[in-house]
This record gives sequence, structure tokens and C-alpha cells, in this order.
Amino acid sequence: MPLIKDGRIVEDEWVAVADGEPVPADRPAIITFERWQAERASFDGRNAALGVRVKSGTLAPAIASDLDRFALVAIEFPKFRDGRGFSTARELRERYGYEGEIRAVGHVIPDQYRFLLRTGFTSAEAPENTNPESWAHALTEITVAFQPSLDDPQPLSLLRRRLGS
Amino acid sequence: MNHIAPGRNAGVYSYDDIDRRFVAERVEQFRAQVERRLSGELTEEEFKPLRLMNGLYLQLHAYMLRIAVPYGVLTSRQLRKLAEIGRKYDKGYGHFTTRQNLQFNWIKLEDTPAILHELAEVDMHALQTSGNCVRNVTTDQFVGAARDEVVDGRVYAEILRQWTTLHPEFTFLPRKFKIAIMGSDADRAAIRIHDVGVFAKRNERGEVGFTFYVGGGLGRSPFVGKLVRDWVPEEDFVAYLEAILRVYNQYGRRDNIYKARIKILVHELGQEKFTQEVEEEFARLRGPKYRLAPEIVDEIRRRFGGPAFETLTDEPESFQAAKAANPDFARWVAVNVLAHKVPGYAAATISLKPAGGIPGDATSEQMELVADLADAHSFGELRVSHAQNLVLAHVRQDELFTLWTALEANGLGTPNAGLIGDIIACPGLDYCALANARSIPLAQAISARFADPARQQAIGELGIKISGCINACGHHHVGAIGILGVDKKGEEFYQITVGGDPTLTTAIGDILGPAVTADETVDAIEAIVEVYLSNRHDGERFIDTLKRVGHGPFKERVYAAH
Repeated sequence: MPLIKDGRIVEDEWVAVADGEPVPADRPAIITFERWQAERASFDGRNAALGVRVKSGTLAPAIASDLDRFALVAIEFPKFRDGRGFSTARELRERYGYEGEIRAVGHVIPDQYRFLLRTGFTSAEAPENTNPESWAHALTEITVAFQPSLDDPQPLSLLRRRLGS
Repeated sequence: MNHIAPGRNAGVYSYDDIDRRFVAERVEQFRAQVERRLSGELTEEEFKPLRLMNGLYLQLHAYMLRIAVPYGVLTSRQLRKLAEIGRKYDKGYGHFTTRQNLQFNWIKLEDTPAILHELAEVDMHALQTSGNCVRNVTTDQFVGAARDEVVDGRVYAEILRQWTTLHPEFTFLPRKFKIAIMGSDADRAAIRIHDVGVFAKRNERGEVGFTFYVGGGLGRSPFVGKLVRDWVPEEDFVAYLEAILRVYNQYGRRDNIYKARIKILVHELGQEKFTQEVEEEFARLRGPKYRLAPEIVDEIRRRFGGPAFETLTDEPESFQAAKAANPDFARWVAVNVLAHKVPGYAAATISLKPAGGIPGDATSEQMELVADLADAHSFGELRVSHAQNLVLAHVRQDELFTLWTALEANGLGTPNAGLIGDIIACPGLDYCALANARSIPLAQAISARFADPARQQAIGELGIKISGCINACGHHHVGAIGILGVDKKGEEFYQITVGGDPTLTTAIGDILGPAVTADETVDAIEAIVEVYLSNRHDGERFIDTLKRVGHGPFKERVYAAH
């Protein structure tokens, strides 16, 4: 599936590994949180980067203590209407100080792209037939925001702020 | 008529280029979303929440566009635009709702971008009037005017309007989220039936703080909001809400639409555990980032301007003389006019509930007339009440007679605010895809039965609220008399509840007995009123008599013939 970063489709250097499949030792790989919990010892001494994929019901505190093991956290949106991931990403950044990549996976739409970035996501997996222009456009269509956010560290005291694009 | 140009003096938040740019961008965004839907890029499933967040519903017969009236306050210019849109794109009227908004019920999808564009011309929009986001914030229709007001809630409602607009974290909540705020000791905004209900108050040092109730709501599982915190300092107002919403967004149920509101989360966790979760989140969030600085509160207050009141005295002679000479006017004053915080002024309710009328409906001509009257008598500003009436909040007492005369001549002088004819009703099966039964014809029949203003006044404060289904948009649970439309094998029946109360002493009404037909419902109301009148002590309100004598006598009379 196409990966969106900075408003355009980019090459994905990560490989998503299904449970039960071997995890490549020599390239960045994303495993499920369930697998991590069951087989964590097997990743001791791994050199290539490791990412973890969490379901929308797995909230930030559940993975907080292991965050230093992950260069990427992929947060699932089972449906784009399930907005728990926005809080999870924000907590990973603000509460736990996570600085790795946070990726939205599953079902997200361009109309959510700005929200994703503002809550701390860095990339998003788009549907196979997505229109890249819609993602690029999503970054420029609204230039005013009313809340402090991850891509905009100004405090609340500027309720209305102009966004850079 | 002496027209005052609406503007800075009207006491309405004034937009600047940033606010305007935002609304214009949202209109363009929606236009593009409509195009992407038409091209198939967006599926219907994906488009639906996007159109809902722009206020566009698909109803039984047509699209309905719900236009935001932030905290119910409008300028005359905005009301004229609504009248124009009603004439141009609808059937020449609009419907004011219990959410202090306005709905157009006969809209074409392809017209909506143009309508939104026209609204933007007068700093209006339809944003977040639907969808699983934080909805338009509601408040006291007498905000900034009532004599009993402690804090002007408009300022905080506007802060909330801004903070909740396209909130990046809280736009895809488990379910819709409604906040109401009240700045008096009285409750005219039904605080405890909202997802979050806030009382703004002052401590002994005069500082502003807020009491938070969470988890109120009606629908199929009615709950009264629970006290979560008695005092949140002004600077933590937004941080505290952010904490509540984060707990809800993370833990609110998403597996069942009927259990997704925050009331269910509060109920399932329990008041204590829920409060603990919120307090923990708040402790983490509290800090410079979410601090509501006094400067921004002052700046937003400044943007409201404020009517330039003159120094007057209460009860001027001409006003007293008019009341003495004209008993109909005196009745209207007694029923529809409220004391103003500034001497010599008053707040007047324009009832949209004529006998036999459709609650909350106003024609384009009526809207234009009210806009003219707002210019002439109330600084070009008016309000929509959650009881589906309009309010001119700042009328000189010595102009009330002129105002009333104009209203009366145009069928808008009905003296029934808060009385039995002031019925709240949802659109019901005449419009709504969810309804089981019609609400409007029943409201019309009841108000026609109790048409006599003298009789209404003699009965006194008695709210009837009608919902056409269990979603309870007509707030039947908190009606002194509540009526719920139910479907029995394809026929419309109505279940009657009594003892509901939307005020400080919030209570959910109890079912009186088996559901009855529409005709029987009107007779049942009559019977209930008769039992009340024959049992009441001096000055006793209906709900107080009911409390004292219990359901027995009412039930007996209503179901005597069955």
C-alpha cells in the first residue's frame, strides 16, 4: 500500500511481518504487539530496526515501557471513524516523549491527514488506489487552527493561529 | 423604524480576517469533498461523516441542512440571510431547534456549497452541527442580559467554539458530544442533560471558575450528569475539558452505537473511577501549553463589544401606563419578559408557538420582521432559545409596548413562554428518518386545545416536551409532561411521562401508564391539568403538586375510561 510522508507517496523501507512469518534480520521490520509480547526475548541483540503495530484498542500506556525498543509505532485504524489512534499518538509524543516514527495504518483518508500530523503521526498508509493529489491538497486547504498541537508548539493562548503549509 | 447598524455594539463576537479565512476554506474544502464523492474517490461511507460535520443530513424526504448559531446568538443581518436562504433554497421557512440552531428541511445536495458560501458572507456556517465531534456549544438564551447572571457565558462558549473547531484529536469520537454552559445560579440551559454541563461561577475573591457535570443525556438510556469537579479555575478550563475528552475518546465504547455516548462510560466506570481517570489525565495535561491565559479571555471578551446601554430606571411611567391600559400587553409582559441586569431594560421572548402552530418554525417574512425589530429595539442582536423561541435580550422597557404591538400584529405576540403552550417538539415522522411517530401534529393539537392565554397563565409553569422516538430530541424525559411517540404494529401511539425537570433539580420523568393514541393524548393532558388544578396549593407549580400527591390521582383520571 502506498506510504504517504510529507504530503507525497514515498518508498517504504519497512516490511510488515505477519504473525508466524519469519522476521528478516537485516531490514527494518514491523511486528504485531501481540508477537512482541510473546517473543520479545527473541529480538534481543537484533541490529535492524524494529517497529510495532498496535490495534486501536491498545493505548499508549500499554506499550510505554517498551518504547525504547521500537523505531516505529504503527497505529491501526480499523475504520477511519475510530479516532482512538489520535489520542494514542498524542500520548506517545507528549506523555512518553516518543521520538520515533508514528504511522497510521488500516483505514485513513486524506481528510484526516492534517489531524494525523497535528497529533504526532509522521506517516500514513493510504489505500491502494489513492489519489496522491488529495493528500498533498489536504496539507494546504485549511490554514487556520485553534489548538496547540504537535506540529505547532505555540500555547493555547493563541487560540487562532495560522498554520504553515 | 430607527435602524441601528449591527456591529461592534451588538454584543456578538466579531469575526476578523482569520475567522473569515477559516470559514471560507472550510466551504472550499466541503465543495472539494462533494466533488470527490461524485467522482467516486470517496465512498458513501467515507463521505457521510464529512457531510455530517458540515451539517448535512439525509432525512425522509430530502436533505436537511443544520446551520450553526453559536450559543444561540445572532445578528439581525445574519437572521436576514437565513430568511433569504429559506426563500431561495427551501420553502420559505426554517426551523429553530432545541440545540439553538436553525434547520432547513428541504435542501438539495447540489445547492449546499452555494448555501454555505452565502452563509460565510455573514460569518456563519454549518460546522460541527452533526457528526461524532464536539457540537455547537449551547447556553442560556438570556446570556449577558439576565439580572441573575454571575458570569457572562458567551465568552467561554466562544472559547469553546474556537477550541473545538476541527480539533485534531477529538473529531472522530465514539459519538456526538454536546457541551452546555450556564453563568447564573438558575439553569436555563438544561446543564445536566448534556455530555458535559458547566456552571461558570465566581469565588469570594471574584475569580471565575467552573463546576463540571459529565455524562448527562437523554435518548434510550437517560442519565442526569454527575458532578465531576466543583471548581476548575478559569486558566484550567480548556485543560480540564481536554482531559475529559481524552478519557472519552480512549475508553468510550465503539462497539455499539447505543452505548457510545459518554454517559454510558461514566455509568459503567462509576462516577468515582471516571473522575479519577479525568483527574489523572488533567494532572498530566495541566501546564503552560493548555493554560487559558487571562489575556486571551480578555481579548475574546473585547471582541464581543457590548451594547451601549443608557442610564435608565426600571418601570418607567409610560411602560406602567401601557400595562395598565392594555391587559393583553400586561399579560405578555408578565409571561414573556425577564428582568435585565441593566435598569430600564428587559429581555423579551418572541414565542414561536402560536396556538395550533409548528413549534420552532418561522417563515422568511417573520425572520425579516424580527430582524427589523432587533435593529429597532435590541442593538441588532437576537437569540435562539433551546425552547425553540427567539429572544430580544436588550429592549428598553419604554419600548416594550411598541415591540409588542408589532409582534402582535404579525402573529408573534403569543404570551406563553414557559407555559403549557410553549411546547418543545422534535420534527418527528413528518421529516425524520429515525422517528416512530409524528410530533408536530400532536403539538399543534395540544396547543390548540390550550389556546386561551388566560387559561395558560392560570395553569402556570408547565413544560410539555414531545419526541417522536426514543432518541429524545424533544427532551421528553425532562418535560413536566413528556410525550414519547412509539410504533405499535405500524400505528402511532404516545407514552406519557410526568415529573421531568430540566433545571437545577434535574429529574427524568416517570411513565404514567400504557401508551395511548394521539387523540387520547390530548385528552390525557387535559385530564392531568384538571387533576393538578383541583389539587394544587396556592402558588404551587405542577411538578410540586405532582411530588406531593404522587402519580395516583393523575393515573386514575387519565386511564379512567380504559
